[in-house]
Amino acid sequence: MTPTIERDEREYDVVVIGAGGAGIRAAIEAKMQGARTALVCKSLFGKAHTVMAEGGIAAALRNVWKEDGWDVHFRDTMRGGKLLNSWRMAQLHAQEAPERVLELEEWGAMFDRTPDGLILQRDFGGHRYARPAHVGDRTGLEMIRTLQHKAVELGIDVLMECTITKLLLDDGHPSGAFGYWRQSGRFILIRAKAIVLATGGAGKAWRITSNSWEYTGDGMAMALESGADLVDMEFVQFHPTGMVWPASVRGVLVTEGVRGDGGTLKNSRGERFMFRYIPEFFKAETADNEAEADGWYENKKDNRRTPDLLPRDEVARAINAEVKAGRGSPHGGVFLDIASRRTPGFIQSRLPSMYHQFKELADIDITTEAMEVGPTCHYFMGGVRVDPETEASTVAGIFAAGEVAGGMHGANRLGGNSLSDLLVFGRRAGLGAALYAAGQRAPGAVDEHEVEEAARRMVAPLERGASLTGAPTPEAEDPYRIHSDLQTTMQDLVGIIRTGSELEEAVRRIGALRERLDRVAVKGGRRYNPGWNLALDLRSLLTVAEAVTRAAAMRTESRGGHTRDDFPNPDAQWATRNVIVRMRDRQLALATEPLAAPPPELQRILSGEPAKTEPAIESTVPTPAGGFR
Amino acid sequence: MSAETPHEVTVRVWRGEDRATGRFEEHTVGADPGMVVLDVMFKVQAEQVPDLAVRWNCKAGKCGSCSAEINGDPKLMCMTRVSSLPANEPITVAPMAAFPLVRDLVTDVSFNYEKAKAIPNVRLSPRGPDGTRRMYQEEVERVQEFHKCIECFLCQNVCHVIRDHEENKQAFSGPRFFVRLAALEMHPLDTHDRLEMIRAKHGLGFCNITKCCTEVCPESIHITDNAIIQLKERVVTEYYDPLVWVKRRVFGEKESTR
Repeated sequence: MTPTIERDEREYDVVVIGAGGAGIRAAIEAKMQGARTALVCKSLFGKAHTVMAEGGIAAALRNVWKEDGWDVHFRDTMRGGKLLNSWRMAQLHAQEAPERVLELEEWGAMFDRTPDGLILQRDFGGHRYARPAHVGDRTGLEMIRTLQHKAVELGIDVLMECTITKLLLDDGHPSGAFGYWRQSGRFILIRAKAIVLATGGAGKAWRITSNSWEYTGDGMAMALESGADLVDMEFVQFHPTGMVWPASVRGVLVTEGVRGDGGTLKNSRGERFMFRYIPEFFKAETADNEAEADGWYENKKDNRRTPDLLPRDEVARAINAEVKAGRGSPHGGVFLDIASRRTPGFIQSRLPSMYHQFKELADIDITTEAMEVGPTCHYFMGGVRVDPETEASTVAGIFAAGEVAGGMHGANRLGGNSLSDLLVFGRRAGLGAALYAAGQRAPGAVDEHEVEEAARRMVAPLERGASLTGAPTPEAEDPYRIHSDLQTTMQDLVGIIRTGSELEEAVRRIGALRERLDRVAVKGGRRYNPGWNLALDLRSLLTVAEAVTRAAAMRTESRGGHTRDDFPNPDAQWATRNVIVRMRDRQLALATEPLAAPPPELQRILSGEPAKTEPAIESTVPTPAGGFR
Repeated sequence: MSAETPHEVTVRVWRGEDRATGRFEEHTVGADPGMVVLDVMFKVQAEQVPDLAVRWNCKAGKCGSCSAEINGDPKLMCMTRVSSLPANEPITVAPMAAFPLVRDLVTDVSFNYEKAKAIPNVRLSPRGPDGTRRMYQEEVERVQEFHKCIECFLCQNVCHVIRDHEENKQAFSGPRFFVRLAALEMHPLDTHDRLEMIRAKHGLGFCNITKCCTEVCPESIHITDNAIIQLKERVVTEYYDPLVWVKRRVFGEKESTR
């Protein structure tokens, strides 16, 4: 069939969509396996959200505490996730993370060092021992730049400022991906045998968020439309410490490293309130008095961990409760104090970008004053359901890694575990995709009708906008207003504390927003037009917002990042069930499915026994033998 | 806080797809406490000019996407507070001048990504017998300063070797890449020798140390003193010191990348 839509066209073995840590790592692996590989970035190369990760990459390197090991890391991860994690992903992650960190060092990353010249590790929430490898408080920058340089070295084709809006399938196999160049507005069709989704989350659906404009759930929505399953969508992480003041920087992240390096949370009465919020589940391992908590930083054998470093879901809920009880800071957060606990020199060397950020944006000197912080939407635990070994989705040839994938973190992610997740599963997804591509003769055939329909849908907002004369009307909706209304809906009704009636109301409002999106109209042309770009992004953002809200309504219990006012306790029936979201006939369909129990050896680790065997670091994914045609 | 937040803020923002036919357009929006220039752009987009082209990502000074010339000063829009600028006059926001215009405030920075391809990556000496690599904090700190670079390309934008001389772009990589090359040269375990390449291919000699790059660096990297001058000294020692020259002739050369 002859193409009817004017477009650029490329062909590869593997196309990786998304160029944060997971996407670049996947592309590196696919390329090293010999696959012709394209890496698609929604922004410029090296600007993805990974760059904002601050505190560290969790890996049991055992450089600071010999007592650490993959088994302890595995146990911490599972407990942090309230045991709802895919045990196999948590195991692979804990076992392979150290090697992935050393590999980054090999590729040029310069981590902070221990006195004897090894990679230094720091304390972080939910980690038994000082575990995340780091570079001050700009670890993500170091990671993305290192991966970027490696990708350049390998000569990977990087398609910058390119947004994919549709995956194309042919009889159950990928034929490619369709989208547009942001700079020119031209369409592009990338034919490929295998697709790796690495598009991150959808935090832009909330008003107070640490996420940038890009995080609109494109990968999750495209996976749904392609027939793939999503899992755990009700679990959204609100990072406990975002900036709350001034208003214009509300939501900007404040690293957990502040607490890892000795900072403590206080309310307006000066109380270290976290001691009042230690849940039963963590009582045995958490200090219940200030002296023990402070002693823990230096001596982990005789002291239990400070409650300031409970997992993020616990801390975010505690801050929320303090503010609601009227003990918040002047601008609706709580205080995070490191100034009275560490020297200015220490703070500036360990947390340079936090120092800079507060100085520049809030006129606050964190070496002399407390910060004001509050929860900010940060991370999706849920996402595309994948096979732990290869990151294959439930649709052949489509893989997913990083935040866009679900399962690894269960009901709540520990700080530091996302950067290691990106490396471990980014690599495995790249391998999985390369292997799959090696078994395919060519990309599937492109259905021109499908391309035409996608293209028509994409230009429709501009066509409606061309007839606009004045301000938007009910017949011609404004994308910025729809986005703002969605953010209000999600912030007010699908936040940290949820309740059945509000979730129902949110579903209704999202439905109304979807109807408005059908009438969205944008002025201007296709060349670098943010209004148009937003109008296209809103489609996936609304789909993912609905998936989160309906999954949250279905899970009638409280667990990890999902707290229900009307079901305030964990429910044993839900302890081993995942909510699965699918798309059938263009409608979301939800179901629950049982979660597999860990094998006895891992059960023993979860109950506190050390592992009996050394981990198999070697990949369980076979290397493609056939090579590439 | 430096000044009382005014009720309104006016910007003169560059519009157009072509430097010859584009022009500044004035827009006034309501002011919010702590507002940065990027917030003003968001308001202009949401309320008046939905297709205003602005490139941004993190809005926290970490990704280096929102570089622009604000009242003539090269800065990040996300880190420039409205209250830090004169209150009684409009804020002028223009795209970076050294790169081709795409549209409005967005420029085509692909020059930088092309230059990046011409630099060989690190190649470390093998791991020690215990499977680790040892480096000490003092050695890595020197390199970590260079790794702070967020690739905002403001240093490239102000470097007059390329800003005023398009023809130099071929033979000159610019301060961002001297920072990158310095990081590689000073990596304690790297095995490449890039000095000849730095001299011949990246055009280090073009730089006459005016320090414009250092002044605009939002990460406060001492680009001139710690990267460029260090590299210049190394090149001089390697190529123009007679003792080193003789030694090289007698004992042979370290593996060099040209």
